[in-house]
Amino acid sequence: MTRKSPNITNKLWSCSALLGILLLWQAITGAGIVDAFLLPSPLQVGKAFFAEFPALMEHSAITLSEAFIGLGLGILLGFFMAVLMDRFDILYQAFYPLVILTQTVPAVAVAPLLVLWFGYEMTPKVILIVITTFFPITVGLLTGFKSADPDSVSLLRAMGAGQGQIFFYIKLPGAMNQFFSGLRISASYAVVGAVISEWLGGFGGLGVYMTRVKKAFSFDKMFAVIFLISFISLLLMNGVEILQRLCMPWNRESGNE
Amino acid sequence: MAVLRAEGITKSFNGQKIIEQISLELKEGELVSLLGVSGGGKTTLFNVIAGLSLPDEGKVFLDDMDITGKPGQVSYMLQKDLLLPYRTIEDNVVLPLLIKGMKKKDARQKVSGYFGRFGLEGAQKQYPSQLSGGMKQRAALLRTYLFSRRVALLDEPFSALDMLTKSAVHDWYLQVMEQIHLSTLFVTHDIDEAILLSDRICLLTGKPGHITKEIRIEEPRPRKKDFSLSEQFLEYKRQILSHLEGR
Repeated sequence: MTRKSPNITNKLWSCSALLGILLLWQAITGAGIVDAFLLPSPLQVGKAFFAEFPALMEHSAITLSEAFIGLGLGILLGFFMAVLMDRFDILYQAFYPLVILTQTVPAVAVAPLLVLWFGYEMTPKVILIVITTFFPITVGLLTGFKSADPDSVSLLRAMGAGQGQIFFYIKLPGAMNQFFSGLRISASYAVVGAVISEWLGGFGGLGVYMTRVKKAFSFDKMFAVIFLISFISLLLMNGVEILQRLCMPWNRESGNE
Repeated sequence: MAVLRAEGITKSFNGQKIIEQISLELKEGELVSLLGVSGGGKTTLFNVIAGLSLPDEGKVFLDDMDITGKPGQVSYMLQKDLLLPYRTIEDNVVLPLLIKGMKKKDARQKVSGYFGRFGLEGAQKQYPSQLSGGMKQRAALLRTYLFSRRVALLDEPFSALDMLTKSAVHDWYLQVMEQIHLSTLFVTHDIDEAILLSDRICLLTGKPGHITKEIRIEEPRPRKKDFSLSEQFLEYKRQILSHLEGR
């Protein structure tokens, strides 16, 4: 209960900062300091957003479905890699450096290749999202598995538990915190990944919409879609937080993180 | 008949002997303490008895069955309660039964009668972080008991508790042991605790550790609260201290 009030004041500060920036922006463009055609005012962006709302929603649906499919597969891949690398140290030694390597390759650079290989349909987009999202999941889960309390593991062993039981009773639940931290990052990567791959070719989605309005120099629509993308990312990250609270009731009951 | 018997246990780590030729025996309903300085090999012996590590020499028997190096026969409890923070007390306590392959529902039903006796009434659905230190240790003890109803290995189980809580837990433990006929092998470095709870005290001294003396505490059970203030109690304490310091 005592935690609630500072939380509200925190939000108050961040909201007023945001509002301040918007007002400043409006003032600058309203006073004609910057050309309205280069930098539309927040009000113009808002108008464009509502005028384009049906189209934006249609494209969002495409982007989101790519993001969800990619994220789902990314979670699966990340989970299996983490489990295997935890179980077999040889796999960890062999593949962990490679996993890190995949993250040093910029997504923007791989995306055109994927388009050349797999065409303009959904496949290259989903693959790109899987590549960007599995990594935080794998690393989060692996860290969680490896930090299992050795005394708890010994106790379960003394009770006659096998590797599988130790995994299900100790390692997996113990790694949930790290898993959700990873998932929060992956969720935002998924949306960004989808948009980037749509830039390079496709028939629908927010990325395709973006390239279209860019070619038409419609800056107001550009801003509208940028804001929409960050809003969707925020929404997904919040969704992960809610999911975490549902899946980890022990955190809530004890009142600590 | 001895419930638990260790015969001639020797164990070394990195070429250095930690314990040598340790033999001890635990009879039905008996509480035997292993008393010695920290780092004297008590925990090493425990791991051997629990089957977590294999001794260089010697054997461990449970009811005359050879259980040397076989985990899953005798459970233990440590100073850390090791309750899993993401499971309710009930689900923590049934863990040994689940590991043995019992269904969750059956296991819960089976343990439901024990919470009252272990002073955990109403705590079943709570998470460990919501309980006091004393209650957590009682829950850990219930888990140990549900695993092996006959023998419990306790490795300094109460040493993290404050003095008043500890004293209350001692009283409670003696009562409950009486009711459930548990045989206990108890490791401690607290002399008072050992005298108060034990039927016999084995003194583990030297490097590598040997059992160099065994003291029988003749005070009948149930022991009264003021036993720890009596002349006899002090005499036992004198005897133990002089032996430990004489080395």
